[in-house]
Amino acid sequence: MPATLQSFVAQGAQMFFVLAIAPAVTGITRKVKARLMRRRGPSIFQPYRDLLKLVRKESVLAPNATWFFRSAPYMIFAFTWVAAALVPTLASGLMFNWAADVVALVALIGAARALLALAAMDAGTAFGGIGSSREMMIASLAEPASLLVALTIAFAAGTTRLPEVAQFLITQPLEIRVSFALAFVALVIVAMAENARIPVDNPATHLELTMVHEAMVLEYSGRHLAMIEAAGHLKLTLYISLIICLFLPFGMAPFDGSADAWAIGIGSYLAKLVLAAVALGVWEVSIAKMRVFRVSEFLGGAFTFAFLAILLEFLSREVQR
Amino acid sequence: MITINERSRDAEPVALADAIRAALQVRADGFARIEADAALWIGLARGCAAGWHDLGALWVDDHHVRMALWDAQENCRAIVSLSLKVGAYPSVGLHHPPALRLERAMRDLYGAIPEGIPDERRWLDHGVWPGREHEPGYHFLPVEGNGLHQIPVGPVHAGIIEPGHFRFTANGETVARLEARLGYVHKGVEALAQGAPIEKAAKLAARMSGDSTVAYSFAFARSVEAALGWDVAPRAQLLRGVMAELERLSHHVSDVGAICNDAAVAALLARCSLIREDMLRTQAALFGHRMMMDAIVPGGVARDIDAAGATAILALLERIELGFHRVVRAYDQSPSIQNRTHGTGIVQPDFIRQFAAGGFVGRAGGRAFDARRAFPYPPYDAVAFKVPTREESDVDARIWIRIEEIAESTGIIRQLLGKLEAGPIHAAPPPFQPGAGAALVEAFRGDLFLAVRIEEEGRIAHMHARDASWFQWPLLETAIDGNIVADFPLCNKSFNCSYSGVDL
Repeated sequence: MPATLQSFVAQGAQMFFVLAIAPAVTGITRKVKARLMRRRGPSIFQPYRDLLKLVRKESVLAPNATWFFRSAPYMIFAFTWVAAALVPTLASGLMFNWAADVVALVALIGAARALLALAAMDAGTAFGGIGSSREMMIASLAEPASLLVALTIAFAAGTTRLPEVAQFLITQPLEIRVSFALAFVALVIVAMAENARIPVDNPATHLELTMVHEAMVLEYSGRHLAMIEAAGHLKLTLYISLIICLFLPFGMAPFDGSADAWAIGIGSYLAKLVLAAVALGVWEVSIAKMRVFRVSEFLGGAFTFAFLAILLEFLSREVQR
Repeated sequence: MITINERSRDAEPVALADAIRAALQVRADGFARIEADAALWIGLARGCAAGWHDLGALWVDDHHVRMALWDAQENCRAIVSLSLKVGAYPSVGLHHPPALRLERAMRDLYGAIPEGIPDERRWLDHGVWPGREHEPGYHFLPVEGNGLHQIPVGPVHAGIIEPGHFRFTANGETVARLEARLGYVHKGVEALAQGAPIEKAAKLAARMSGDSTVAYSFAFARSVEAALGWDVAPRAQLLRGVMAELERLSHHVSDVGAICNDAAVAALLARCSLIREDMLRTQAALFGHRMMMDAIVPGGVARDIDAAGATAILALLERIELGFHRVVRAYDQSPSIQNRTHGTGIVQPDFIRQFAAGGFVGRAGGRAFDARRAFPYPPYDAVAFKVPTREESDVDARIWIRIEEIAESTGIIRQLLGKLEAGPIHAAPPPFQPGAGAALVEAFRGDLFLAVRIEEEGRIAHMHARDASWFQWPLLETAIDGNIVADFPLCNKSFNCSYSGVDL
């Protein structure tokens, strides 16, 4: 099999693999939360059934909704899926290798967010506007922090391409880097804000006035909502994968690796994913949601961590030289 | 239109105690009856505004407008009646704003026109009553300023709660004004009760606000008993107290959980729900209904408990204390929840005094009024308990009042069970005669006032209930001022006002 075809197959397999397991990650988090509250909780496969149900249902549109409102969910889903495909999960060195750039990743997610915020305002409801304005406030604080994290890694690895970063980190001797620890904390905080998790947002609330992400999608139903929900699942998996790729890439297979290497790659990735989903569930049960305006302090903390990380990385390079 | 002469419009404020001394007619239910003229009516209204006594209720009955007033310090209370000449009376709301919604509701229901009322809008009448349809337009109070936008919320909400519309005017996230519009669950209870036999009216009263069903039944039974001179056996009195405190306990527990849930701490709601479910099942086993609906009837109680039942309640109390202790510890040790509740939704103490807000809303803001303490009624006249108060008047204070009241209620139940002696639980009614009675009982939300008038053959001529929420809803609107939109659910849950109870 020619190398391009093999890399094409590997890339495609990884894209669909991520798409297929993303709802289960959300399902695991929900299950853990339910069990911790002494509820039985729905099966971890419930998000799949919900998606199927939504796809089958009729989509109700506001009379004044424009074409943008209808097409935004597909674009949001596409952007998020492409972004998810850029993150090396099972193996590095895939077909999109040349494009798997951290900056491109941040831009793709940012574009999906901008589309959602615009679509939320399209129907003209008060809640959509509130959600958009809050989301933008959070995004404006989260994006600089995530870019700083990306730059910290780029400084260390000498590249912004994720597969090469992962490759670099795997080959490095195991050591604790203070700058990476700080960047890790920053990225975890950003991930919580980006994915509308407690303490920034509450994905399970029914209170419209407190919503951020949910307020933006209140007007969506049927297949449109299914697209947005699927994008939400993908985004959570994307961020967990990104954290794994940048900070815990051990076990990842090179794309031309043996079957054993691939098996180890899949096994270790799934184990890390489940661990992260469980940790998220435990964290969400043990903390209250923040006041909306305290989110700026929380994300400001992430920015500070990321800034310190890049500063330390820079200084340590100077010292080494 | 009636003409109120200028002299009476400017009537000097009158203190309730002085008016009662002049009337010298205190009935068995503890309320003096004062037949007022326009001058005295206005004087007493201005006395309310001066803070000399509290406005308890205002309703229309038998071509009279009646006002319940009390003064806990002077230990006096009265029902003041003014004859409705050509359907109008001098507005109390003109002098004392807390009366505004009461007067608007009474005008919608009975056509009694409050002369000079500053707010002419309808309240319960939404323009859809058969034969009285009108344009549904409702003008919310204007708010002026730059960058303001409106957020309409409800009447149908996402959670499983009652319907009510909230109109926020906000500047970004900061609330400039909130105005509630209620009346969506108007059931016409007063009209349904008219001419109904006592048993049927008792069922109506028990269904006015389902979560306070015991308190409503208690108040109805007490006012009927006062009207007819009906004596209640001691055992029935004690059992009533047990039920009323169980109701308070179960709602306080679930309220604490629900408030925490609005700060996204679903784990505490889960724990509180377990405790509440345990209570509801025990109540169903002992009193025949999970919420103890219709368990209190005029003349006594419907179901007795045996020694095993008393033991079951004591065991339940221990389980509650054990489980709730963990909830309190978790709340107290969680800075992330406290960060949401501290300083959120502060009600100015002046408003609390003006509106005579009862329950946890009042007591969290320094108003120590508790109907069980201010005007003791059996069985509370023979038990020891504290009335907790706080000064902070925020969401956190309202949570702590509930936590402290839970401890008091368990103590009260233990005392009451300790006093139980064998005996009848229901007394046969005395011969029916026309009469009127009123009662003030402490529901879990606060003081609940209920007045009945009975005509020949033991039929209800009129029944009026004033839920504690009448004077708490307006304070919720002030509590959110200057807070952010996202904190409203937390404030709202800490008030937990009744919709059904005020929609009548």
